[in-house]
Amino acid sequence: MANNTTHTTEYRVLARVLLVLMFLTFLTISVTSYHLAAFGVTVALLIAGTKGFLVLTYFMHLKYESLLLRILVSMVFVLYAVIILITFIDYAYR
Amino acid sequence: MDQTKQEPYVSYLEHKGKYTGIRSWIFTLDHKRIGLLYMYAIMVLFFVGAIMGLLMRIELLKPGETIMKPQTYNGLFTVHGIIMIFMVVIPGLSVVFGNFFLPILIGAKDVAFPKLNRFSWWVYIAGCILAILSQFLKNGPPDTGWSFYAPYSTTTGTNVIMATFAAFVLGFSSILTGLNFIVTIHQMRAPGMKFMNMPLFSWAIYATAWTQLLATPIVGITLLMLIAERLFGIGFFNPNLGGDPVLFQHLFWIYSHPAVYIMILPALGVITEIIPTFCQKKIYGYKAIAFSSLAIAGVGFLVWGHHMFTSGMSNQARWFFSLLTFLVAVPSAIKVFNWLATMYKGSIDLKPPFLYALSFIFLFTIGGTTGLLLGSVATNVQVHDTAFVVAHFHYIIFGGMGFAFFGAIHYWLPKMYGRMYNFKRATIAWAIIFVGFNLLYFPQFILGIEGVPRRYFDYLPQFQPLEVISSVGGFILITGLIMMVYNLVQGARKGEIAPANPWHGSTLEWQIPSPPSLENFDEAPVVKSNPYDYE
Ligand code: HEM
Ligand SMILES: [Cu+2]
Repeated sequence: MANNTTHTTEYRVLARVLLVLMFLTFLTISVTSYHLAAFGVTVALLIAGTKGFLVLTYFMHLKYESLLLRILVSMVFVLYAVIILITFIDYAYR
Repeated sequence: MDQTKQEPYVSYLEHKGKYTGIRSWIFTLDHKRIGLLYMYAIMVLFFVGAIMGLLMRIELLKPGETIMKPQTYNGLFTVHGIIMIFMVVIPGLSVVFGNFFLPILIGAKDVAFPKLNRFSWWVYIAGCILAILSQFLKNGPPDTGWSFYAPYSTTTGTNVIMATFAAFVLGFSSILTGLNFIVTIHQMRAPGMKFMNMPLFSWAIYATAWTQLLATPIVGITLLMLIAERLFGIGFFNPNLGGDPVLFQHLFWIYSHPAVYIMILPALGVITEIIPTFCQKKIYGYKAIAFSSLAIAGVGFLVWGHHMFTSGMSNQARWFFSLLTFLVAVPSAIKVFNWLATMYKGSIDLKPPFLYALSFIFLFTIGGTTGLLLGSVATNVQVHDTAFVVAHFHYIIFGGMGFAFFGAIHYWLPKMYGRMYNFKRATIAWAIIFVGFNLLYFPQFILGIEGVPRRYFDYLPQFQPLEVISSVGGFILITGLIMMVYNLVQGARKGEIAPANPWHGSTLEWQIPSPPSLENFDEAPVVKSNPYDYE
């Protein structure tokens, strides 16, 4: 495996990301006490999405990877978004 | 390649590593040995599944009870389906020939993660054992069909949990293999092996690997949801608990339609290797074939609803899925036209691998066009859940993927074992298989259009003639299969020593000795051009 340049992230950055993640977890739990009805799911998904983004970017080093790799990973999310959207062509009109 | 070496040549089969005997196989890290291990397991499972199919065909020789009770039949078609789909064809070509030949084709000495590869193989075997256990535990084999449709699968008393868990484990193996192949293709190519210089089989494996990686987690989650519903009464799917059974179908087919591309893409790739070799001609439309693999994999993700036209989906969704299903036929047809154009004015050599490739095109085309019939909503309503569907998918999976698998063995066996099989026997076996196959499945198109439902152990008396023809075809088919395997085993063990390049192929695997050495290449090959350079 040839061209693997390794990048070491500063501990300080990682620690900060960890704090943000913990805060977001706390937020996920606390928003359940407000009754947001259908928006509850949206809010939970948004928070979870942000957390996933942070983990991928910092903990999984995507920030320091090649553009190709970043495009490939984002395509995956586009694909899942499209699949969910299509499923709703059924649910929205049924 | 290099005949002036000092030390005697040692092939991967004779290589002495840390372990000896059976342990040198179970603990091997060599992608070629792992490929063979998968092949042996798959052949055994294939015959177990085929015998179950034959038992069903015996039951259907006459109306009413012939040799088994209805519940036995339900178990048989379920287990037959689970074995054939999850253990034979989904891993199929990609784990056997992908493992063995992908690294060689791109000039690498192994896959990117050999230990992960070995682990995938162990997980695969664990999954197979679990699935086989589910047949013998006390509640009886699952009777849901291989698709595990809810809500029935949430309530039946049979061993559904064990069977779905087995499918979950098998899926894990598939994900890891896909990941391994993607990284292999990105990182391990020999100097000069640009993406556009890769043999087309590698392109097919690449597209397949992405599908494995992205689609399989969905079925994993779905099966876990089903297990959770059964164990804890969480209402995902059962309407009595507030769930939605159509949701199960969505989730299941979001995986299982791409899964048919996991099966068929490597098959298309193998055919694309065989055809230029036996026509001694440059492949026509290299780029079109490479990108059509990606297009099939991509659009294949968006058509799953064509399995659910009659399940109470919204009309808008039916319209959408029908349209996209027609679109996905385009890249498949591109490949067929490219193959035909390659053959045109080639110096065609009707050796056994090429016979399998030709019959593949024939059967795949029948399977594909009947698929369009199923993809159009109006005709689907007529033939849904009838024997027509059974005929259609056997033409695609067995006539397509199965024949490509047999073609691939006949093509690559001299490279894998360094020996050759008997051509005459191979040709006769091929002819028997081809006739038996069509006799077995073609009548089921007619039966289906006449309204005979699938997954029934019984039928009305007026359908008996066609049912009998179909069953007779089954016996002819299995005779040919036994003959083919016998011939291959004989060839691999005692056949004549094969030259390094018996078919005058142009891709990298033919430039190294047969069987290959442990590290495939003495020194990393340098590639300068497109692989299909015939004069
Ligand atoms: C000798 C070979 C084979 C025979 C005789 C055979 C026969 C049959 C029969 C009789 C059925 C049940 C039809 C029904 O009542 O609905 C069936 C179902 C099925 N077969 Fe085969 N088959 C063979 C090979 C294969 C292969 C190679 C595959 C896949 C690669 C396959 C995949 C399936 C699947 C997925 C089902 C549906 C199971 C279900 O309904 O849940 N079969 N086959
Ligand atoms: Cu489909």
